[in-house]
Amino acid sequence: MRFMRFLWHSARLATRGGAAYRAWVLFLLALVAWGAVAYVDQLRDGLIRTSMRDEVSWGFYVGNFTFLVGVAAAAVMLVIPAYVYNWKPIKEVAILGELLAISAVTMCLLFVLVDMGRPDRFWHVVPFLGLLNFPRSLLAWDCLVLNGYLALNVVVVGHLLYCSFYRVHYRAAIVVPLVLFSIPLAISIHTVTAFLYNGLPARPFWNASILAPRFLCSAFCSGPAILIIVFQILQRTAGLRIQNEAIWKVAELMAYAMFLNLFLLGAEVFKEYYSATHHVVYLQYLFSGVRGHTSLVLYAWASVACSAVAFILFLIPATRRHFVTLNLGCLLIYAGVYIEKGMGLVIPGFTPSTLGEIYEYVPTLTEVRVGAAVFSVGFLVFTVLCKVAVPILMGEFTAETLVRPDGGGSSLAPEENLQRS
Amino acid sequence: MSPDDATRQDPAAGPRSGEGVDVGRRAFLKAAAMGAAAIAAVAGGCGPRAEEFLQKNFRELSPAELARVLARLEEEYARKYEKKVNVSATGALPGTVFGYGLDLSRCVGCRRCVYACARENNTSRAPQTHWIRVLQVPREKGVDLSEANAYYDPPAVPEERFAYLPVACQQCRKPPCVKVCPVKATWQEPDGVVVVDYNWCIGCRCCMAACPYGARRFNWAEPSLPAAEVNPDTHYLGNRPRMKGVVEKCTFCLQRVRQGRYPACVEICPVGARKFGNLLDEKSELRVLLREKRVLVLKEDLGTEPKFFYFYGT
Repeated sequence: MRFMRFLWHSARLATRGGAAYRAWVLFLLALVAWGAVAYVDQLRDGLIRTSMRDEVSWGFYVGNFTFLVGVAAAAVMLVIPAYVYNWKPIKEVAILGELLAISAVTMCLLFVLVDMGRPDRFWHVVPFLGLLNFPRSLLAWDCLVLNGYLALNVVVVGHLLYCSFYRVHYRAAIVVPLVLFSIPLAISIHTVTAFLYNGLPARPFWNASILAPRFLCSAFCSGPAILIIVFQILQRTAGLRIQNEAIWKVAELMAYAMFLNLFLLGAEVFKEYYSATHHVVYLQYLFSGVRGHTSLVLYAWASVACSAVAFILFLIPATRRHFVTLNLGCLLIYAGVYIEKGMGLVIPGFTPSTLGEIYEYVPTLTEVRVGAAVFSVGFLVFTVLCKVAVPILMGEFTAETLVRPDGGGSSLAPEENLQRS
Repeated sequence: MSPDDATRQDPAAGPRSGEGVDVGRRAFLKAAAMGAAAIAAVAGGCGPRAEEFLQKNFRELSPAELARVLARLEEEYARKYEKKVNVSATGALPGTVFGYGLDLSRCVGCRRCVYACARENNTSRAPQTHWIRVLQVPREKGVDLSEANAYYDPPAVPEERFAYLPVACQQCRKPPCVKVCPVKATWQEPDGVVVVDYNWCIGCRCCMAACPYGARRFNWAEPSLPAAEVNPDTHYLGNRPRMKGVVEKCTFCLQRVRQGRYPACVEICPVGARKFGNLLDEKSELRVLLREKRVLVLKEDLGTEPKFFYFYGT
């Protein structure tokens, strides 16, 4: 009952807000509607509405899915310093990483759903109800770890917010082990997703054991890039208190991750070009084009350039601590990794095809619209979660403040209740 | 051997006794099975659409359920094409593992096999789906797929400079497509043919990413098949008409070969480049050519162990 009351008040809070909040939510809802109409067309006509064909049988949807798994995994960039190293400035905002993970996994699952030829047969994947090919199929593994990671984060976040709402101490005996367990789980969701590609000898572009480490390194850049921007937005709009040290520390960790990412890319490029077997053709398609087919070349170089510039910006302490260059670096990392782990990963795997054919894939408007809708759902989930979570974190929205209309007057300092021991 | 023998051979298909399955799990599975039966019974009363939605994986159907499914499909096809379409589920013949031989020195690249296959197997006419793809490769390059062209269109074939390499499902002994399927919608039958349960496939296309031979086709749109062109002699796991959003592939003409006939592509080939037979029969034509000719398989290094052999007959 108490939990229902918490949910009810949270829902009421989420539906109220200033003009900017309403405009943002309406904008997202409009995008969802715009994409939903395109999805209805796709349901009716089939995936022929997309540019995918037998030669390039995965595209925009699966690319976005892969990128977002990385974003979801990046919550550990906050959880590790907060819980393993007990670093207070990050511990105060670690929950935002978990909220981002929830929204990112939601988008991942939706991207898988919109990519399915038979979404009506969704139940075939459900354990016990359907017939899951576990443990042989990596997609079966992915379904389990993604849903597990989602459930774990929902439980942790739900419990923490519920306890803060009623101003009681959360159950450390449950929360701390769960949070610590989320670290290997976050790494596993991205590793399993990498293995989904990695385990296919038919596609030499993916069949390199360096793939999973590359996935992790790029994920540890892209997710925190979003978080740093979100921290600042919430600082301005919701009055979230966050220390600059926390932001700078995250940025420093991103610099290391980006270094490893670029190093591993370099190792891959050396191996392919120096050995110059038939397998180099996929990297050539990405970076220089093959037989006049060059649709990815510009994006590929843009991605490398974005990542390299961002690495330098994050490496130098002065630019890392200056908010203009910091935010520029975040945007560059986001763009760089989005290309690299999205279309830059999926499309060259299929081009040329296993029989040497080149089909140049460029997403259709349907794919872009459906993709926009999925992203909007994710943003909506994140917005609503933040709308509720931040006031609870700040001690402005609790069971007590609801009783006392003046809103203030709590005797405990909010941080005292929030500190997770 | 009946089709559900495949289930019995699959150790992952269900709990076996004597393996320490605890009582709780057994009770749960029993309850789940009863629940599923109840749902199926309710669905039976709700019409064919609900029945189709709740249909189990082919390998989990009881003989009675299978009979119902086949009857439902025949009814559906009769309504759609206004003629009698027979859907069988004949199991693998005992003591058979099918294999295929293709004589690269004879193939002239005429693509008659491509179209005979399409007619036999009820593949979509628009968008056009072909299970066989004939590649034209420059002679001086040998079997080099990076130089292959499937869209050659000269006034007459064969052309002096080129050799022709028809590619369809290689019916691997270790099929990479089967292991990646998240829902066991595709498997290898006891006679070695890799099949798809079109009613269980979720359309994730992992198998297409995993296939090294580009052999799998996806129904990107609702397949169109003029009623007059429907081949009414079909098999559940083979050439019955498909639906949009599922994967399909060559089955060595399951509906024919399990009745002792040759695949359509073997019959049509005007130069006798295509050979077919039972790999377990030492006297079969296929075993003779494996003993006496120079044989190769595609992408041998991937360890897929195809049962589709290319050879040079002359």
